[in-house]
Amino acid sequence: MDEMIYIAMTGAKQTEIAQSINSNNLANISTTGFRADLHAFSSLPVEGPGVDTRVNAVTDSYGTDLSAGALQSTGRASDVAITGNGYFAVQAADGSEAYTRRGDFRIEPGGLLTNGAGQLVIGEGGPVAVPPNSSLLIGNDGTISVQPLGQGPETVSIVDRIKLVKPDETQLTKGADGLLRLPDGEEAVADATVSVQSGMLESSNVNVAKTLVNMIELARQYEMQVNVIKSAEENADSAAQMMRLG
Amino acid sequence: MTQALWIAKTGLDAQQTRMAVVSNNLANVNTTGFKQGRAMFEDLLYQNVRQPGANNTQDATLPSGVTLGTGVRVVSTEKMFTQGSVVNTDRDLDVMINGRGFFEITRPDGTAGYTRDGSFQLDAQGQLVTSSGYALTDGITIPADAQSITIGVDGTVTVSLPGQASPSQVGQIQVTTFPNPGGLQPIGENLFVETASSGSPSAGTAGDSGNGSLQQGALEGSNVNVVSELVSMIETQRAYEMNSKAISTTDQMMQYVNNNL
Repeated sequence: MDEMIYIAMTGAKQTEIAQSINSNNLANISTTGFRADLHAFSSLPVEGPGVDTRVNAVTDSYGTDLSAGALQSTGRASDVAITGNGYFAVQAADGSEAYTRRGDFRIEPGGLLTNGAGQLVIGEGGPVAVPPNSSLLIGNDGTISVQPLGQGPETVSIVDRIKLVKPDETQLTKGADGLLRLPDGEEAVADATVSVQSGMLESSNVNVAKTLVNMIELARQYEMQVNVIKSAEENADSAAQMMRLG
Repeated sequence: MTQALWIAKTGLDAQQTRMAVVSNNLANVNTTGFKQGRAMFEDLLYQNVRQPGANNTQDATLPSGVTLGTGVRVVSTEKMFTQGSVVNTDRDLDVMINGRGFFEITRPDGTAGYTRDGSFQLDAQGQLVTSSGYALTDGITIPADAQSITIGVDGTVTVSLPGQASPSQVGQIQVTTFPNPGGLQPIGENLFVETASSGSPSAGTAGDSGNGSLQQGALEGSNVNVVSELVSMIETQRAYEMNSKAISTTDQMMQYVNNNL
């Protein structure tokens, strides 16, 4: 048997991985603030004795599609969407600072502000704590003000300001928890130009048509690789047959 | 087997749950004091197949790697405590909370339950009870010979009795608020119960700062927005179809291998 079958096999295997990435995007079509993963193939020549014909395929998830998703109006005061560029700073499970566009905030039992995925929202000095209140307002610049429980509207006061950042997007990579991070644990600085809108949520930015077309393309590509494997098998068959005649 | 199949399956599961939430909202479009639910999604853990930033050679690092997402799950089905519409009924015992707060009732097991459904009735002893027969914790009893019942914006219940010129007060309905009403657990019968995440209840006078005021002769309708639920239903259905298409495509890929090799 020759290399042909192995080269086609890597092609088929990598196509399967790409199809998984694509399926994951499709599965997260309704996940608030989700950012689609991109995939690409690159060639990896394998040098060795004989003619240089062996070039294997390697899949790269070469990053994340950071374009904006659609804004959906929800009317809930603690739902916030970023208009334009920028990210919310949240605390990941390991305590590090990470970035997300997910803005479905809520108050957990201890009074800390978290997003829908349970990550603590970071304010001017660490996680945002919100005192018991009868109404909560989030301003356009991320300022959180509350009317304390049992007191009148004249007591509305500022509690904290959500850390909104605008890091260099080319540096952002997605971690295992789906949050975006800067390399080497670097933390972005708060940026006053990021504006948010309350009562809105940003939907997933998965482009349905593109993802479906991708799915078809990958399926066909897979079939082609399988066809090459089949041809390799047929070649080997006919070679074996020839030997039998002799 | 191929991961794509299982990833698409998580998508189907999640959309199915969302459909159940939407159906429940639509089914309760006429339920007094009902609060709309919504399903929130979260992406599952990512697998690192090839670590980005790992060393490719001594002095070159991989600019990008392969991280495979593993699907989606429903992370919460929270209730949206926005005000429902006002339904004027002109019935004496119908009370609506305008703003924050709940009526506290005593459940059969003696624990407290909270509701926004103010369509009260009287039981055999003349006690104010909900449609399910649970008494208000404030324990208000209306005398059998009461001519009329008035419930003020602050919850004061007064009745006029025959032969008496001035009305007499029989009690006060309080409203109970929670730091995080979204954390309350719905248990059916229009009731919610306290949980660790709702915070502890604090009862107060209706209309006091922060507390909702009461309105007699009106009921709070369901806060389900039919149009947005229908749009959400269409979206759910299409997302479900697309995920099932991902399953059938992956299936065809494997079928192709099986048939051709």
